Amino acid sequence: MSETLFIEGGRVIDPAGGVDGVRTVVVRDGRIAEVAERVERPRDARAIDAKGRWVTPGFVDLHVHLREPGQEYKETVATGARAAVAGGFTTICAMPNTKPVNDNASVTELVLARAAAAGLARVLPVGCISRGQAGEDLAEYGELRAAGCVAVSDDGKPVVSSGLMRRVLEYARAFGLVVAVHEEDPALVGKGVMHEGPASTRLGLKGIPAAAEDVMVVRDLALLELTGGRLHVQHVSTRGAVRAIREAKQRGLAVTAEATPHHLALTDEDVAASGYSTDFKMNPPLRSAEDVKAVREGLADGTVDAIATDHAPHSPVEKDLEFDAAMNGIVGLETAFSVCLDLARKGVLPERRLIEALTVGPARTFGLAAGTLAKGAAADVAVLDVGAEWTVDPEKLHSKGRNTPWKGKRLPGRCVYTIVGGRIVHGESRAER
Amino acid sequence: MIGRHKHCIALEDYSREEILEVIDLAVSMKEVLQRPIKKVPSLRGKSVVNLFFEASTRTRSSFEIAAKVLSADALNWTSASSSVTKGETLVDTARNLEAMRPDVLVIRHSAGGAPRLVAARVGCSVVSAGDGAHEHPSQGLLDCFTIREKLGTLEGKTIAIVGDISHSRVARSDLHAFPKLGARVRLCGPPTMIPAGVERLGATVHHELREAVEGADAVIMLRIQHERIGDPLIPNTREYSKYWGLNARKAQEWLKPSCVILHPGPINRGVELAPEVADGPRSVILDQVQNGVAVRMAILYLLAGGSPAEGAEGKA
Repeated sequence: MSETLFIEGGRVIDPAGGVDGVRTVVVRDGRIAEVAERVERPRDARAIDAKGRWVTPGFVDLHVHLREPGQEYKETVATGARAAVAGGFTTICAMPNTKPVNDNASVTELVLARAAAAGLARVLPVGCISRGQAGEDLAEYGELRAAGCVAVSDDGKPVVSSGLMRRVLEYARAFGLVVAVHEEDPALVGKGVMHEGPASTRLGLKGIPAAAEDVMVVRDLALLELTGGRLHVQHVSTRGAVRAIREAKQRGLAVTAEATPHHLALTDEDVAASGYSTDFKMNPPLRSAEDVKAVREGLADGTVDAIATDHAPHSPVEKDLEFDAAMNGIVGLETAFSVCLDLARKGVLPERRLIEALTVGPARTFGLAAGTLAKGAAADVAVLDVGAEWTVDPEKLHSKGRNTPWKGKRLPGRCVYTIVGGRIVHGESRAER
Repeated sequence: MIGRHKHCIALEDYSREEILEVIDLAVSMKEVLQRPIKKVPSLRGKSVVNLFFEASTRTRSSFEIAAKVLSADALNWTSASSSVTKGETLVDTARNLEAMRPDVLVIRHSAGGAPRLVAARVGCSVVSAGDGAHEHPSQGLLDCFTIREKLGTLEGKTIAIVGDISHSRVARSDLHAFPKLGARVRLCGPPTMIPAGVERLGATVHHELREAVEGADAVIMLRIQHERIGDPLIPNTREYSKYWGLNARKAQEWLKPSCVILHPGPINRGVELAPEVADGPRSVILDQVQNGVAVRMAILYLLAGGSPAEGAEGKA
C-alpha cells in the first residue's frame, strides 16, 4: 500500500464537495482519508507543502488521442499518460481512432494493458460508434462496455447518416453508454481547412462555415428527442451549437457538451497572425471572436459541462507541410490548465468554475467515479503552483507531439504534483518531510 | 530588398511606398523591353529558380523572360518533372533547390501560404507567383502599373473586379494594393463567388454587373474556371455570361468612355468577356502581359540585389 500523505496548507478547491479554502488533504491507502482545516500529522507520514498552491481533484479529460495502437511514432499510451499527469490530469478518455480502431474488445484490452503498465494516469477507452468507424453499422456496444469502454464515439468523423444516428442513440441506451459526437456536415465542410470568415478570405484558405457544426448539432438534438438517448457533443466551437444545446438542456434533454482550451482562447484571426502555422490547424477550426465569446458564456453558465483538450499529437511528417496538406490537431494536456487559468485571470470564468469544468464536470458527463476529494474517493489529486509562470517549449513537453499553438508563449500556473490512487506520479523530485 | 521586404509574397504586407518602389522601377524596366537589344547586365551571375507546382504558361514565361533580360540565369522546375510525385515534401524540395544557391526562388503552388512556408526555410528571396486563393502579388503590381499607365493615377479612381472573387488570388492582391494607391474597389459576382467578410478589406460588394461597372474607371474581368461549374457555384457558363459577362452592348451602354478593361488571362472568350470587348479599344489586356515582364524585372532586380550602376537607365 502507498504511504500516508498530508497535503498541507494549500487552497483546496473541490467543487464536487463544495469546498474552497485552506485545508489539509490526508491520503491513506490510496484513498482520500480526510479534508480538514486542522489535522495532526503523525511523525511517519509524508508531507507535501502546498502553501500558496491550489489542491484540486485530479483533472478528468474526456477527449484525448493516444495513437496506440498503430501510430506509436506520434504518441503511445505511456507518453500520453505521462503528458496527462504532467498537466494535472489523472483520468483521460482515449478516443478510438487508432489503427486499428477501437471497435472491439481486443483493442480496448490492449489500451488498458498499456495504461496499467505505464502506471500513470487512469486511461479509460472510448469505443467506436460504428464498426470500423465507417459510419455504416453499429459497433458491438455490449462487448465494448464489458471490456471497459466508458462511452462510444466516432471522433474525428461525424455520423453522417441520420438513420444510423437514430439507431446509435437507441441502441446505446441498452448499455447506458454516452454517445459522444464530432459534429460536422461533410458537405458543408468540403475541402475547408479553417473557419470561414474574413480571416480565411484574406489567407485564401477554404473555409468551414460555423453552420457545418450547427446543422449536425440541431439534427442530433432532434434525434435525441426522438430516441431518449444520451448525447455528448464534443469540442463545441460555434455560437449556434451553444445556443442549441442550451435550449435543449432547458427542455430537459439528456445532452452534455465539452469545449477545448483552444476554442476558448484562440480565434481564426490567430491563424492569420501565425502566418499559416499548422499548429493552429485543427477540427473544428478556431472560430470567430463571436463564437469564442459564446463558448465562454456556455462554459460559464453550465451549457458546456467540461473542458476537454482534444489532445491530438502529430509528428512533423503530418505538420511540417502546407496548411492545406497538414493534419488537424494540437497537443493540449500540458497546457490546458495554464491556458484556462489565464482565461480565469482575464475574467472569462470564475476560478471555481474552471476547476469544476476540469474535474467533477467531466466526471459526471461520462458517469465516472472521479473528480472529487470526497472521503473514501480514490486519491487522485493535483497540486498547482498558480504563482508560477513558464514559457512553452515544445521540446520539453512529455508528449511526443510538438504541435502547440502556445509555442514560445508565457503562461501562468504549473502542476507541481499529481497523485493517482495515492501515488505521486508527477512532481518535484524531493518532497518535503 | 523591396522596402523592408526580402520576399515578395503578399501585397497585404506591402505599404504604398513599397508598391510604388516596384512600379516606378518597372517604368524604366519597360523601356529596356523597347530596345532592339533587350538585355542589360544588371543581374549577371545571379540565378532565379522558377518552382512551379501548378500549371502556368504566362506567369512562368514572364518570370523567365524577366530574368533573362536582366542577364540572370533562369531554371524552371515544374512539379511534373520534380520529385513531388515521389512524395517529397515542399520544404524538402525547396531546401534542395536552395542548396543549389539561387538568389531568388519564384514559387507557384496550389496551397495558400506555401511561399511563406518556403521563405521561412530558405536563405534566398522568395517571390510568390500565386499561392492557392491567397495572393498573386506580381499580378497585383502589374495591374497597378497598367492602370496607372493608362489613367495617369489610381488616386480617386474606381476599379471594379468582376467574377469568382472567392477563388481569385488576383482579386486579393488587387484588393490589398488598389486602396493603398487611393483607388476605391467594387467587387462583383454571384453571391456564391463572394468570399465571407470581404467587405472588411475595404471594398463594396455588388451582385449586379451594371451597378458595379457604371462610372468605373477600370474593370477587371476574372476568368471563370470550368471546374467551378457544378461546384455548384453557378449553373452553367451560359447563365453566368448573361448576368456577369461583359459584351459589346453592355460595355457601350454602361461603361464610361475612358474606362479600360483588364483581364489576368487566359480569357474564356464568350464567357466572362465577349471577343469584341477583349479585342476592342478599351482592352489593355496585352499591355498587361508586357507590363508583367517589366514589373517582374523590377521585383527580381530589387530582390536579387542588382547594382544600381549596372541597372536600367533612369530610376534605380
